[in-house]
Amino acid sequence: MAVITSDHGPARKASLASYLYRPEVRQALYQIVLVVALVALFAILITNTAANLRKQNIASGFGFIDRTAGFDVSQHLIDYDNSMTYGRAFLVGLLNTLLVAGLGIVLATVIGFIIGISRLSTNWLVARLATVYVEVIRNVPLLLQLFFWYFAVLKSLPGPRQSYTLPGGGFVNVRGLYLPAPVPQPGFDAVWLAVVIGIVASIAIHLLARRRQMLTGQQFPVLWTSLALIVLMPLGVFLFLGQPLVFDYPELKGFNFQGGMVMQPEFLALLLGLSIYTASFIAEIVRSGIQGVSKGQKEAALAIGLSKGQSLRLVVIPQAMRIIIPPLTSQFLNLTKNSSLAVAIGYPDLVSVWSGTVLNQTGQAVEVILVTMCVFLTISLIVSAFMNWFNKHMALVER
Amino acid sequence: MKPILKGILAGAAALIATAGIASAQTKTLDTVKSRGSLSCGVNVGLAGFSQPDDKGNWTGLDVDYCKAIAAAVLGDATKVKYVPTTAKERFTALQSGEIDVLIRNTTWTTARDSSLGLIFAGVNYYDGQGFMVKGSLGVKTAKELNGATVCVQTGTTTELNLADYFKANKMTYKPVVFEKLDETLQAYLAGRCDVYTTDQSGLYSVRVQQPKPEDHLVLPEIISKEPLGPSVRQGDDQWLTVVKWVHYALLNAEEAGITQANVAEMVNSTNPEIKRIVGKDGELGKGLGLPNDFVVSIVKAVGNYGELFERNVGSGSRLKIARGLNKLWNNGGLQYAPPLR
Repeated sequence: MAVITSDHGPARKASLASYLYRPEVRQALYQIVLVVALVALFAILITNTAANLRKQNIASGFGFIDRTAGFDVSQHLIDYDNSMTYGRAFLVGLLNTLLVAGLGIVLATVIGFIIGISRLSTNWLVARLATVYVEVIRNVPLLLQLFFWYFAVLKSLPGPRQSYTLPGGGFVNVRGLYLPAPVPQPGFDAVWLAVVIGIVASIAIHLLARRRQMLTGQQFPVLWTSLALIVLMPLGVFLFLGQPLVFDYPELKGFNFQGGMVMQPEFLALLLGLSIYTASFIAEIVRSGIQGVSKGQKEAALAIGLSKGQSLRLVVIPQAMRIIIPPLTSQFLNLTKNSSLAVAIGYPDLVSVWSGTVLNQTGQAVEVILVTMCVFLTISLIVSAFMNWFNKHMALVER
Repeated sequence: MKPILKGILAGAAALIATAGIASAQTKTLDTVKSRGSLSCGVNVGLAGFSQPDDKGNWTGLDVDYCKAIAAAVLGDATKVKYVPTTAKERFTALQSGEIDVLIRNTTWTTARDSSLGLIFAGVNYYDGQGFMVKGSLGVKTAKELNGATVCVQTGTTTELNLADYFKANKMTYKPVVFEKLDETLQAYLAGRCDVYTTDQSGLYSVRVQQPKPEDHLVLPEIISKEPLGPSVRQGDDQWLTVVKWVHYALLNAEEAGITQANVAEMVNSTNPEIKRIVGKDGELGKGLGLPNDFVVSIVKAVGNYGELFERNVGSGSRLKIARGLNKLWNNGGLQYAPPLR
């Protein structure tokens, strides 16, 4: 519009009408009208909702958060029992969501990269298997896959009294995966200290080696030294201190195994379902990213004498990452949001605990759903902000 | 540019107008009459209470209450639109006006009567929460359930009673919570849980649908009071009164011995009480905003309370639940209706 109504000459100074026809004035005016209309619309919606709730005698506000919840949750990362508040139950649900989303993202990325690279493999069988994986998994609805994992797994495993025994004192049955729980004894802190020292030392070595390579061109086996520092050194400390760690083994008592740690089938099914489903999309992103790097780059890398591994690691992957990261971000966000399907298979995530049970016990649907939406929005924005930062970090730096 | 501006303003005005309409209170009885059908919120599927049969017709005790209300208000028990609701959706459906009445084996509690904007119109089934276990577990009483894993449906009083019961008896348990009955049941059957808990009527209803019902044992303990009944929105006394008196009409009909079979003859009865009930004497219906013979319409459609109980959940059904607390007051039960006069 700015282009059409250009300058009208001296006449426009005179009247108000011509003032209003100035493009910049008009643009500002429309924007103001739009903002006012939007604000008014939301104000009306909010006051109308509040008035209706009052008229229908439905409780509103967030006073319920401090009231006693009175129900139990099967999996809680923080202390929780039914005498605690709705607010606490919210935290329990939130942490369960974050746990499954966090582990899901890591697992999906690992599987996705493996499958994506396999699709480009020169081995016919590997490449075909990867193609079948992608085409089957990404074309079946996630909810069905979750039901498949949950009920197929549940139905095929034995009851607690006929559990499969795993080497090392673990058990698998229909109630979950029971593993011995490590219980640190006095002195175990030293092992943690060794790990921290190992990590700090590795970073220092990495920086020094880089400088040395810049100055002299000589390389240093950073990876192996770091591994030794982070794994072998703490292990040495652990053995030296006389193994200050005991295990709490699960035992069959009454109905169930007691003691040890347990991974519930709901959690396992959700984690597997989410990771495997999202991995099929990530695989395609990885494949397209690698294929998006022009062949000439690889040939040039080989021409200057880099080995095949080096050309992949130093030339192809850094460029592929730039193509991969933006769509990868949306897959991470999808996974996080899809975790709300947990409610279908009984995993106590935020949607199940908070906008399921709490919503029902309090009946305050508007508040509860609003909070749930804000939480998912916040998580998604944080993931997205991190990925944007990472993307910038990986972006082409022109010298 | 101007038309666009006008468009924005018109759009905003339209939204304001619709928002205004949504807040206006309407009388449910008039709405139902002018719409010509009753919108009734029922369970998505619970044998004996509300379940579609193999021909897609809804049947059950709660469904018969929907039919009774439609018969009383519209004179036609078929004019019901059944809206299946989950435990989680049911109150929102009623609050928002999507349904006129909620008859979905819903427990009457203080919180629901006060902070949800609902009001209960009576108790059409006195229930209590129980436990079902697999017979192979060797458990005979709920006191032996320490450490058990319990499958339960979300959004119910069941979840809270369960927590209270185990706490009061100093026992521990692991809850596994699902949103839908089907998944809760599947998990129990697959052995994920030792125990399935819900209202006892629900346990019997689920048990009878299993290929081998005798493999499952309903434990004797009843751990809570679960008065189930129809509920309506607050602030519409006329509609509340209608729903309430449809329930009382069913009870009074049973007490007076009016059945689906004999209602045609009873209309000509000379007994003063029966004359009042069938609307030959007095103007009871008019005061409620209903036809004067509304009780006749109800009984013709679904029978009296005793008949619909036996047909849906009692001796005439597969559930074979004893009437127990749901007997009339003069037979030792709790069902007591104020007189129709």
